[in-house]
Amino acid sequence: MSAVLPSSALSPHEAARRRQHLSRKRVNKVALALSLAAMAFGLFWLFWILFETVRLGIGGLSLSLFTQMTPPPQSEDGGLANAIFGSVTMVSLATLLGTPIGVLAGIYLAEYGQKTWLGSATRFINDILLSAPSIVVGLFIYSAVVAPMKGFSAFAGILALALIVIPVVIRTTENMLTLIPSGLREAAYALGTPKWKVILMITLKAARAGVVTGVLLALARIAGETAPLLFTALSNQFWTSNLSQPMASLPVTIFKFAMSPYENWQQLAWAGVFLITLGVLVLNILARIFFRTRV
Amino acid sequence: MDRATPSGRPQAPKRSLPWADTAFSVLAHGAAWLTLALLAGIIASLVIGAAPAIKEYGLGFLWSTDWDPVKNKYGGLVMIYGTLMTSFIALLIAVPVSFGIALFLTELSPSWLKRPLGTAIELLAAVPSIVYGMWGLLVFSPVLARFVQQPLQAAFAGVPVLGGLVSGPPVGIGILSAGIILAIMIIPFIAAVMRDVFEVTPGLLKESAYALGSTTWEVMYRVVLPYTKTGVVGGIMLGLGRALGETMAVTFVIGNQNQLNSLSLFEAANSITSALANEFAEAGEGLHQASLIYLGLVLFFITFVVLACSKLLLARLKRGEGTRT
Repeated sequence: MSAVLPSSALSPHEAARRRQHLSRKRVNKVALALSLAAMAFGLFWLFWILFETVRLGIGGLSLSLFTQMTPPPQSEDGGLANAIFGSVTMVSLATLLGTPIGVLAGIYLAEYGQKTWLGSATRFINDILLSAPSIVVGLFIYSAVVAPMKGFSAFAGILALALIVIPVVIRTTENMLTLIPSGLREAAYALGTPKWKVILMITLKAARAGVVTGVLLALARIAGETAPLLFTALSNQFWTSNLSQPMASLPVTIFKFAMSPYENWQQLAWAGVFLITLGVLVLNILARIFFRTRV
Repeated sequence: MDRATPSGRPQAPKRSLPWADTAFSVLAHGAAWLTLALLAGIIASLVIGAAPAIKEYGLGFLWSTDWDPVKNKYGGLVMIYGTLMTSFIALLIAVPVSFGIALFLTELSPSWLKRPLGTAIELLAAVPSIVYGMWGLLVFSPVLARFVQQPLQAAFAGVPVLGGLVSGPPVGIGILSAGIILAIMIIPFIAAVMRDVFEVTPGLLKESAYALGSTTWEVMYRVVLPYTKTGVVGGIMLGLGRALGETMAVTFVIGNQNQLNSLSLFEAANSITSALANEFAEAGEGLHQASLIYLGLVLFFITFVVLACSKLLLARLKRGEGTRT
């Protein structure tokens, strides 16, 4: 009832208090509205990017995309077969190479070196490697592999991608292993199980859903990586399965085609962008579903 | 009754693979050492690769603007400026937006919406940077030119400082568009960290403030934010580290021109990462390549410092969690 009293009926002190209350409420409303706007702003970009990728990419989808080689400029047909093959080859080999190292280092962090200086140093360095610029990884592999071997090669590209896989896998493996209750370990030790068996057959097995999630996320990350491949695997106009040769990859081909003025190249680049986005998003969603149902 | 006295030592346990424990431990230690060796290897290879340029120019490389492969003279200021300026614009946009998103996700969103919205923002982080780049160049920059740059130029024509900032061809390519696209890319990283640190604020603190009659905004701004400020700064630094090192998206939209004559935000420029992406594969051995690697070393140094600060700040918040109530 007091809210409808005319302000003249209130003491000056009370009137000031109410004014302040109103202004506080107003500030609150404005802030919450801005927060809602920020959320909408973030979602807006996601939907705009996905919409354009689908709209411009879907037109280029055809069977020839998967069967024909990358064409010369201004020709009628052509596809991305060699680039898709190159990407799949390099990404899968890099994952195969990086995963065991990442899992082992993650095991070290969770099971051997929780409180040692090597443990904390590795954890710290790993977090930095996780966000380090990927183009620097490319520079490193260039100086360490490409320059001494005097030639760009798919092998160098695989190494560069593996270096990006390792930190991601280390991080998730460690996080998942530390979630395993220590009672499980102690029960296994009490039966006289040696440490390596406890880790491989008890803790790692219990954490496997999380570890697989990490590997899937790493896969999604390197599938779209371009920068580390630019001066390691380079690119190749032709089909090759020789790892000591330069090899085409989807992202590098998109980069080359999108920056070109040729109509047919740009169309192929959009189709490639569509494929990559689809692949990466599917991997991400798979990782989430997998993680949620198994843990 | 005599107690049976054990005699001799107990039998050594029989192990099927006596060496397996040692072998496995060695492997795990080796993998950890390998991670450290990677960092050392990266630094060493960059320093060795950049050595000719370091010897030639020393630290003067950092503030010289000549970049002329024809005359074989190199200086990195143009690229360093491009990298810092685009990241600065990105932070300017991304920090308030990420704060708003984190506020929405922790305080406002109904709980059934939290998960899908959080996932959608995280997917924004998963989109590969090459997709951002191509979208930025072919879709976003024409829109930016038409609806932002041209009106701004018309509005600020003749105004001393602002007029200079918006001069140049309004084609949607340059520092500003690179900064905006970087902002979109780092929003998910910053927002995710902010959301996580906001959630560690003890409920008791928030509830006490609400009980005293605070509004949601006051609880957020006066209670949660001071409590989590190291974590928030850590998250911002993490986003900054990402923005500094981002390559493909920037290469597409920055225009790749080595100029610093005009400080206009609309003017095409160059960044460390885009210079590397465009020139490195073609650069011959010698001073050109060494100078590019020198740029890479500078970039790695900056991001290393930024990320290390971020890590330390976030770790400090985590340590404080148990002691402060």
